Amino acid sequence: MTAPAPGFRPSVAVFKFASCDGCQLSLLDCEDELLSLAGAVSIAHFAEMSRATIEGPYDLTFVEGSITTSADAERLQLVRATSTTLVSIGACATAGGIQALRNFADIGDYVAAVYARPEYIKTLATATPIADHVKVDFELRGCPIDRHQLLEVITAALAGRRPVIPTHSVCAECKLRGTTCLLVGRGVPCLGPVTQAGCGALCPAIGRGCYGCFGPAEATNTGALADRLLEVGMDPADLSRWFRTFNAGAPAFAKESLRHDPQRQR
Amino acid sequence: MALDGFPPSEARAASAIPAASGVPIPPTPCTIDRAGLGSLITRLREGGYRTLGPTVADGAIVLGEIDSIADLPQGWHDTQGPGTYRLTSGEDGELFGWAVGPQSAKRELWPPRSVVWRAAGGGGDPAPIGASEGPKAPIALVGVRPCEVAAIGILDGVLGRSPVPDPDFVAARRDLFVCTVECGRPSASCFCESMGSGPSAESGFDLALTEIRDADGERFLVRAGSERGAAVLAGIRTLPAEERDLKAREAVVAGARAGLVRRVDTASLPHLLERNLENPRWSEVAARCLSCGNCTQVCPTCFCVSIEDVTDVTTGIERHRRWASCFEVGHSYLHGGAVRPSTRARYRQWLTHKLGTWFEQFGTSGCVGCGRCLTWCPVGIDLTEEVAALRASDVGNPVPAGERGV
Repeated sequence: MTAPAPGFRPSVAVFKFASCDGCQLSLLDCEDELLSLAGAVSIAHFAEMSRATIEGPYDLTFVEGSITTSADAERLQLVRATSTTLVSIGACATAGGIQALRNFADIGDYVAAVYARPEYIKTLATATPIADHVKVDFELRGCPIDRHQLLEVITAALAGRRPVIPTHSVCAECKLRGTTCLLVGRGVPCLGPVTQAGCGALCPAIGRGCYGCFGPAEATNTGALADRLLEVGMDPADLSRWFRTFNAGAPAFAKESLRHDPQRQR
Repeated sequence: MALDGFPPSEARAASAIPAASGVPIPPTPCTIDRAGLGSLITRLREGGYRTLGPTVADGAIVLGEIDSIADLPQGWHDTQGPGTYRLTSGEDGELFGWAVGPQSAKRELWPPRSVVWRAAGGGGDPAPIGASEGPKAPIALVGVRPCEVAAIGILDGVLGRSPVPDPDFVAARRDLFVCTVECGRPSASCFCESMGSGPSAESGFDLALTEIRDADGERFLVRAGSERGAAVLAGIRTLPAEERDLKAREAVVAGARAGLVRRVDTASLPHLLERNLENPRWSEVAARCLSCGNCTQVCPTCFCVSIEDVTDVTTGIERHRRWASCFEVGHSYLHGGAVRPSTRARYRQWLTHKLGTWFEQFGTSGCVGCGRCLTWCPVGIDLTEEVAALRASDVGNPVPAGERGV
C-alpha cells in the first residue's frame, strides 16, 4: 500500500446482504470519533445513516452479510465492480453467519416447516461468506465486529498503512488484560484458545467462556481443544452446538461441529 | 543467579527508602512476627514504593497492590498439575502456603502493552517525538518466589544487559525492591530444583523471608541481600535469629525440596535438543498443541513483543509494544511468508530456545522451573514430559542445517 496524497478524503460506502445490520451500526457507535471521521472521509453510501447517496466508484467499501439468494450474489458483483478496496465485516460476511446453519440441513425442509407457501421462497441452499463470491481485500471478524478494529481499518486506509488486526488466539487478550484462564483455573468451557482475538476477551473477563464470535484463529487445533472440553465434563451434543454458532460455516469450526454431531453419528 | 553488575550499583544504592538516621539497622538473619511483616509492608509503602504482592482474585493468586497483612492470601493453597489449577481455603493461617500464580514479575517489569513513543503528525514540520512513559512509581515485590527472582535475573540479562538495553525495563528494574519468600509448599507442576532456581533463595533479592510455623509459633526468618534491604528493617521490631530458627528454615526448604515431584534432566540439554530437531516427538506434541500461546504469556522469562504503529482519525501517531508469542504465525513472518508455518515448528522453536539456544544467546537457561507453562496450558502439555520423551527417543545424529523440515 502506498501513502495517499495529502488531503486524500476517501469515499466510504456500506452495503448489506443477509445480516442484522449490527456490524455496520458499529460505525455509528464510534461516538467519540464520529465527527473527526466525518471530516476525514466522505460517507457516500450508508443507508443506516442517510438516504442521500453518492454514486460510485467508492474508495473503501464495507460489506456486511452473507450471500443467501442468487439476486444477492449478482448484486455483490456490482458492489465489487464499483469498489477500489472491499472489506467484509462481521461473522455473516466472513463465515456465513448464524444463517449458515442451513449448510448442515436441507433448505427445502426448513422452508416447508416455516412458510405457509414455500413456493414463494426463492433462496440458495447455503449461506456463504463474501470471499466465496468476489475478491475481498480485508476481513473484519466478529459478531458483531469490534468498533476499534473498524476504526483501525479506516485510519490505516487514511495513512496508507496495513491495519493492525491480530489473527492469534483470544488467550493473548486475556493475558494482556490479566484475566485468569477460566478453563485451567475453573474448568469453565472456553473456545478462546482456538478463536481469533479482536474483542479484547470480553466474555472471559466477566467469567464466561469464549463463545467464538470472532471465528477460528490463524492456527487452530479444534480437535485437541474439543477433547479437553469433553474431559472437563462437556456433553458431546453441547460440544457440536458450541462450535456451531455465529461462525458455524467457518471451515475449522464446521469440521469440528460435524465430528461431534449426534445426528451424523447415528 | 548473579546479577553481573546489573542493575548498576550506583542505581541500586539510590533507594526510595530514606537512610535511617539514628535508628539502628538490625543485623540479619533475624526474625520478625506477623506484626513485623505488617510494619515491613507499611515501611515500603511509606518509602514511596507501589507495593505488590500475592492477592486472591478470580480463583487464583495474582499480583495485586497490598496495603497490609490483610491483603495477603491467608490460608489459601493451590493445587496444580498439567492443565489445571485450583485454589482452596484452609484454616491454617499460612500467608505464603501456595506455589506460584499465573502472573509473574514480567507483568510489571515488561508490561503486556506500553506506548514506546507518540507523536503529533500532520503539517510540514517534523513531528515531535515524546519519551516513553516508563513506570509511574518504584515497585516493591513482596512474596515472590525464588524461581521468580531467578526469572528477573534472566530478564536482566535479556533486556538490561543487551547491547541496546531497553530504557523502560532498566528504569523499572533499577528501582525494583525484591522481597522474596522461600517455598514451603511447591505444587505438582514445580521443578525449580532441576533448574537451580529454588526452593531456597540464594541471591538476587533485597530481603528473603522464610515463613516458619512450628512448635515455637509463627515467625518469619529474614535475611538481607542488599544494603537497602537491610535499611528497610530499621525501626521494625526484630529478634536475632537463633539456632532453632535457622534449623526451622532448613526444615521448610527441605520439606519443599522433598515435595517436588517433577524433574528435568538438564545434562547436555542444548546438545540433546540440537541433535533431535527431527525427532518424531515434535509431531506428537503438535497434534495436541493449540498454538494458543498461553505457555509463553505465563512464562516469567518469555520476552517477545510486537511493535505496532497506530494512527488515529486525525494525525496522531503512536508506536505500541505488546506481548507477542512465537506461537503466533506472524511472529516468524519474513519476506514471502512465515518461517515457522506449522505448530510443530513453533513448539520446537519455543522449547529449543527456552532450554537450548538461550544458553548461546544469553549464557543461561531460559527456564526457571516455575511450572506455569504446563499448569496454564489448556491441554496440559508438560515441558518436563516432553524433554524426557526426547531423551528417551534420542535420535543421536544431528541433521544438517539445510535439511531441517518445518
